[in-house]
Amino acid sequence: MRFLPNFKGFDFFPHDLRLPFMAYKGLAVTMSIVGMALALLIIGIKGFNYGVDFKGGSMLEVQSNSAPADIAALREKLGKLGLGAVQIQSFGAPTDVLIRVEQQPGGEAEQQAAVKKVTDALAGQFTQRRIEVVGPAVSSELRMTGFIAVAAGLLAIVAYVWFRFEWQFALGAIVALTHDVLLVAGIFSLLQLEFDLSIVAALLTILGYSVNDTVVVSDRIRENLRKFKRMELNELLNLSINETLSRTILTGCTAIAVLVSLYIFGGEVIRNFNLAMLLGVVIGTYSSIFIAAPLLGYLGVKREWVGAAVKPKADAASRAGRENMVFK
Amino acid sequence: MLQFSTWKQVAIILTCVIGVLLVVPNFLSKETLDSLPRWVPKTQLSLGLDLRGGAHLLLSMETADVRKDWLETLRDDARRRLRDAKIAFSGLGIANNSVQVRLTKPEDADAALKELRGLIQQSGNVLLGTTVTDLQVTKGDGGVIVLTPTEAGLQNRVSSAISAAIETVRRRVDAMGTTEPTIVRQGSSRILVQVPGLQDTAQLKELIGKTARLSFHEVHPTVSADEARQTRVPTGFRIYSSVDKEDTAPLLLRETPVVRGDELVDAQPAFDQRTNEPIISFRFNNAGARKFGNFTRDNVNRPFAIVLDDQVISAPVIREPILGGSGQISGSFTVEAANQLAIQLRSGALPAKLTIVEERTVGPSLGADSIEAGRLAGIIGAIATIALTILAYGTFGIFACVGLIVHGVLTVALMSLAGSALTLPGIAGLVLGIAMAVDANVLIYERIREELRAGRTPIAAIDAGFTRAFITIADSQLTTLACALVMFWLGAGPIRGFAVTLTIGICTSIFASVTVVRLLIYYWLNSARRARRVIEVPV
Repeated sequence: MRFLPNFKGFDFFPHDLRLPFMAYKGLAVTMSIVGMALALLIIGIKGFNYGVDFKGGSMLEVQSNSAPADIAALREKLGKLGLGAVQIQSFGAPTDVLIRVEQQPGGEAEQQAAVKKVTDALAGQFTQRRIEVVGPAVSSELRMTGFIAVAAGLLAIVAYVWFRFEWQFALGAIVALTHDVLLVAGIFSLLQLEFDLSIVAALLTILGYSVNDTVVVSDRIRENLRKFKRMELNELLNLSINETLSRTILTGCTAIAVLVSLYIFGGEVIRNFNLAMLLGVVIGTYSSIFIAAPLLGYLGVKREWVGAAVKPKADAASRAGRENMVFK
Repeated sequence: MLQFSTWKQVAIILTCVIGVLLVVPNFLSKETLDSLPRWVPKTQLSLGLDLRGGAHLLLSMETADVRKDWLETLRDDARRRLRDAKIAFSGLGIANNSVQVRLTKPEDADAALKELRGLIQQSGNVLLGTTVTDLQVTKGDGGVIVLTPTEAGLQNRVSSAISAAIETVRRRVDAMGTTEPTIVRQGSSRILVQVPGLQDTAQLKELIGKTARLSFHEVHPTVSADEARQTRVPTGFRIYSSVDKEDTAPLLLRETPVVRGDELVDAQPAFDQRTNEPIISFRFNNAGARKFGNFTRDNVNRPFAIVLDDQVISAPVIREPILGGSGQISGSFTVEAANQLAIQLRSGALPAKLTIVEERTVGPSLGADSIEAGRLAGIIGAIATIALTILAYGTFGIFACVGLIVHGVLTVALMSLAGSALTLPGIAGLVLGIAMAVDANVLIYERIREELRAGRTPIAAIDAGFTRAFITIADSQLTTLACALVMFWLGAGPIRGFAVTLTIGICTSIFASVTVVRLLIYYWLNSARRARRVIEVPV
């Protein structure tokens, strides 16, 4: 330890900073509601670009033996096989091609036959790097499991938050988390990015990260509720957000740095997965600050654990119009 | 308080050392590992199929096949029982997923009912009263008796058929000479086959795609298949089509075979000594040899038929009795087909047809690329994290980085111990785990800064920082853990691999980022005290 350099870290954050987050809560909540509605609308209109996991059919990643791959020729060749819609796109390197064959009518055996036709047509010119064939039975099961996994993940988190905090915190968390998942899903639908099992894993992770953020802020709110028994609720929420802001930013920066590195260098196969996580970290951080905490301001928090229950009265006085929204 | 008893220090350091020992084998070559003494841990982290390359097939059993098979057995059993009891019947057949018997004399119905109820089997626990019957035998109108399999009975049969099929598939896959295939049951009627390193799945699919049920049948001595089709198929006989439909006409064969393939003890690919064409030579067990011997002795100069999966592959004429119990099958095979059929016959027939419902194959080049990409991204991500942490927290940042390294080491060590494979999404989970571990340190250090600003002494601030931040850390990690466990429980494929690394990462991060870092700070405080330095917290 004696040889260890003793130096101070660079405390970049102005700690007496008190940003008036709660002043913007109306705007933030409106924006988020609009965002969620838009996401639902886009998903309703455009739907998801499901991958083979959920849609069934087959996907082949092949590498041209003589660089680079001639996609136009490939498209013509595979178009003649009579397999319905065949999607062909370049994948990462110019030699690499991704081929998607839609689910064939019939049963499980027809999918295998379709892949055989494609591999036979490519024999000699291309090397197979990856083949995924998902039959109709499995794809519908996976769709169901994926949906249940996200819903169950959400419920597990909410149950924990409810158990550890007041129900208002749990409600704030569930709204914030649904918001995050919906927005990321909406962006995937808007850009028609491939939505498969790994994206479900990403959505689940976003739930985990976002609730992590929410819990840190909630923890501080709970602590401040005990410490400042007479402080007006909105002011207290604002103080709590500000006090944890340096942590939120630092952790967010590290997570983003790691995810950007994974996105750029992690390879083509998990690119969409990483993109979903990146979006999720950004949106999740936003929602913890602008959705979960302000909701507490609207819902009000019973301070029963400190004895006297203090109602958010100043807020109610200044904004009489919203009084009916204060939960008692 | 910032105190560590000696045994606690020893325990913490020992845990780290054991972790390092468990991780070291991953960096050694196979030869070096083999030359080490036996007590050294040698387990390496196993890689998932998406990283090392290989084939993943999900097979589903046709329950309809199992039902059909069972109904056929039931019909034969019913015939035998009624004959033994000397109850005459005018019709016996399969209709509407049940076996139906029409008795010649309706007054025999009660006797027949009693006889046929003997076929009912019970399963389940008698003591718990959870027995289920596999069959319902009921009396219909006009001397008709109906035997209907129950759903529970069918489930039981599918379940045991799956167990039998797993054994057969294992023997067939092993015959390909591949290393460490995984063959396990999944759900009620599926089998998962994973073969690492296998690139071309065509042969594997061919091998497990056939039930390979072999049987030897008597050919009807007088009536041909065409005649039977025009008039009427004699009782107990059935028309079988031929494998090559153009060349050979269908044959009228006795439905109950003389000998079945399950009485074979060996089958090998060979060449016919005269024509030099590929054949399969086989040997029967004693019972099979006796049955086959008797049959050939009684039927010299008549043809018999060899049937594979309900199709005739050849119908040679018996020149002389075959008493030795061995013979050969010829049927214009290619060398490859003969070889494959020999493997299938040796490993036994599948109880029902298996269809491929999911296939995922990753070539070794893609796997290697993915490992390379994962490693590069991991290193760059780690450097970025370490740089940020040290920049923000100085000396304490270095402690946090040591904690991070311990975290990484322990995660990999636990994964090796648990034998769970690292997959591509798993790498992402690992990286996320690191980000969460950093978060724990950020929470602690930010808290210490806050306590310092509130005017506490350095030691009190450090102490309060750890104690207060711990509640938040525990809450945030536990919620993520709840989420990871749900993923593990429900997840398929990539989700599960991700959940495993995330769960392990969360479990190790509390030890590594809190306990280890705290111990380091304790040593740092002690050394500062000894040097009689003024303690100034370098965060």
